[in-house]
Amino acid sequence: MLEIKNLHATVDGKAILKGIDLTVNAGEIHAIMGPNGSGKSTLSYVLTGREGYTVTEGEVLFKGKNLLDMDPEERAGEGVFLAFQYPVEIPGVPNTTFLKEALNSVRRYRGEGELDAMQFVKLVREKTKMLHMSDDMLKRAVNVGFSGGEKKRNEALQMAVLEPSLAVLDETDSGLDIDALKTVADSVNLLRRPENALVLITHYQRLLDYIVPDHVHVLAGGRIQASGGKELAHELEARGYAEFSAGAAA
Amino acid sequence: MAATVETVERVRALDKYKYGFVTDIESETAPKGLSEDTVRFISAKKGEPEWLLEWRLKAYRHWLKMPEPGWSKVQFPPIDYQDSYYYSAPKSPTDGPKSLDEVDPKLLETYAKLGIPLNEQKLLAGVAVDAVFDSVSVATTFKKNLEEVGVIFCPISEAVKNHPELVRRYLGSVVPYADNKHACLNSAVFTDGSFVYIPKGVRCPMELSTYFRINAQNTGQFERTLIIAEEGSYVSYLEGCTAPQRDENQLHAAVVELVALDDAEIKYSTVQNWYPGDEEGKGGIYNFVTKRGACRGRNSKISWTQVETGSAITWKYPSCILQGDNSVGEFYSIAITNNRQQADTGTKMIHLGKNTRSRIIAKGIAAGRSDSTYRGLVRIGAKAAGARNFTQCDSLLIGDKCGAHTVPYIETKNRRAIVEHEATTSRISEDQLFYCRQRGMSQEDAVALVVNGFCREVMQQLPMEFAVEAQKLVGISLEGSVG
Repeated sequence: MLEIKNLHATVDGKAILKGIDLTVNAGEIHAIMGPNGSGKSTLSYVLTGREGYTVTEGEVLFKGKNLLDMDPEERAGEGVFLAFQYPVEIPGVPNTTFLKEALNSVRRYRGEGELDAMQFVKLVREKTKMLHMSDDMLKRAVNVGFSGGEKKRNEALQMAVLEPSLAVLDETDSGLDIDALKTVADSVNLLRRPENALVLITHYQRLLDYIVPDHVHVLAGGRIQASGGKELAHELEARGYAEFSAGAAA
Repeated sequence: MAATVETVERVRALDKYKYGFVTDIESETAPKGLSEDTVRFISAKKGEPEWLLEWRLKAYRHWLKMPEPGWSKVQFPPIDYQDSYYYSAPKSPTDGPKSLDEVDPKLLETYAKLGIPLNEQKLLAGVAVDAVFDSVSVATTFKKNLEEVGVIFCPISEAVKNHPELVRRYLGSVVPYADNKHACLNSAVFTDGSFVYIPKGVRCPMELSTYFRINAQNTGQFERTLIIAEEGSYVSYLEGCTAPQRDENQLHAAVVELVALDDAEIKYSTVQNWYPGDEEGKGGIYNFVTKRGACRGRNSKISWTQVETGSAITWKYPSCILQGDNSVGEFYSIAITNNRQQADTGTKMIHLGKNTRSRIIAKGIAAGRSDSTYRGLVRIGAKAAGARNFTQCDSLLIGDKCGAHTVPYIETKNRRAIVEHEATTSRISEDQLFYCRQRGMSQEDAVALVVNGFCREVMQQLPMEFAVEAQKLVGISLEGSVG
């Protein structure tokens, strides 16, 4: 589904990604772990096309299409979703308006025709019910005054509504206490489908207790330094990133 | 990249003013230029009584001596008042249409293009329309429904003939002819506009709306609107504007006067979308409008809501004079400027009576190389014990070549009054736009969504029929402003 080949990227002229290779197949969960400043968030922004992140070398194919040639909204239309580390507040825009606008944009892109107000409300109710969320959250302005946990659950709701093929979860565990983490992880697990894939970007192993990855990669110094099964995450937790960081510096 | 070029082309196409067309209806115009003769010509055309002609002439003579108001931030070359026509009427085979069937089909076609269904649809929507085409009102619908409850809703020229005592009593009583140069010019040469009278205790059964248009070449429009709400009555009035594209700047100097007596309430909403000029600001409308309401009665209320997106220059301060004890004035405003547009707009809340209250919520959005200023006066008179004001001004900047300014004036002569002013300025955030785009929205849809959120408090004040239209307009006005 996703093929990253020799990806190099710079931010403000500074090289951050220095040759990433990664293949993600449908149905798989990949965890990308690494120390601060290793390029984890940069990778998520490069994949979603954020301005200011310049690809200098390499390619990214998504379902065989060149992802790097597309605008952010086209990538979203193709089915790439980023759950933000810091979900953004949009004052005055009700969550439901935002969701409807997003869903219909994606549907238009896919040539599926827009949902009308009634159809949309029905769909959203199903999703909030599935995720055990209260409908109150729909009326509030997007992420405004939400707790850390609510913001992350709201990301999960957007994911549920948009049904992406590939979801990248950027530090979804950051700023959450253990109960909130569990709730969000439960939501994400509910959204797993055999035809979809997940990339979890995380600093700590604890998220992986709840969303169990098939593959774990260690990102340090802009390259993937090691790959393995879920046991690699436990190793990292015990031994730290020091040896990989040292390897990256060399 | 092909996709990029295509997007640019599409944005450019959208950016062209959507209502840029001109109808070639023959106009019966006054001679070019402004003189006492022009004033007499207009008055004669309208078959006006002597007192009104005298009033116009007084205004004209005063206008000659008046300086242009110089305190606003807007800039434009001096206006050549002699280079304009001050009266034009669409020609009609009969003296005037009695029903829609008699209306010039070409005129109706123009309305259709502008998206104004002047037909039964409006009845279903509960909206009565008094359409101003150029300077003469050509059709007034739903009069009957209104007549049944005693509401008068007609062109002001008709009111002069049929209700002279009301017009004579209230015309110029809120905005005196000598108020400012633009209002003074209007007093001398106003050609049409609406007259509304709501009798005692009547709640007007429908939203009243007038669509103003400018159509003939080089014809400035000078509407005059007068709304009187008698004791215990209520009316909601809607005004909306779009105009065909032009090459030369057009002066528009309207005057709106509102009078609310004891326990009466007037809600006045405007969506203004006049031709703003091209990307360089050439050819847009100069919108120099004087709008003022007098809360004369106890417990009366006047509420202004405006969405200003058009015009090359907007100079407009819908105000309230809170004379009656416990009276309330409100001003809710959205002003959007793009390209080279300039807006200097705000309000004046003059607290004279006891326990009078006012609330001002102003949202300014500036994009391109435009300049947006909020200018507001809150004055508390010596006798206005217990008066309260709350003002909130928020500015949103899009890009780094535009300007937003907040200029509050606060004068208080009573120690038992409370005046609050809050102001913020922010930039549209890259984070917000990226967040929306990551969820599938185009850049332009993202801008429209974020800006509509920013304006929500004001949008909610608009009647439903207008709110939807206004939200779309926000998106249209900001097309091409980012990226």
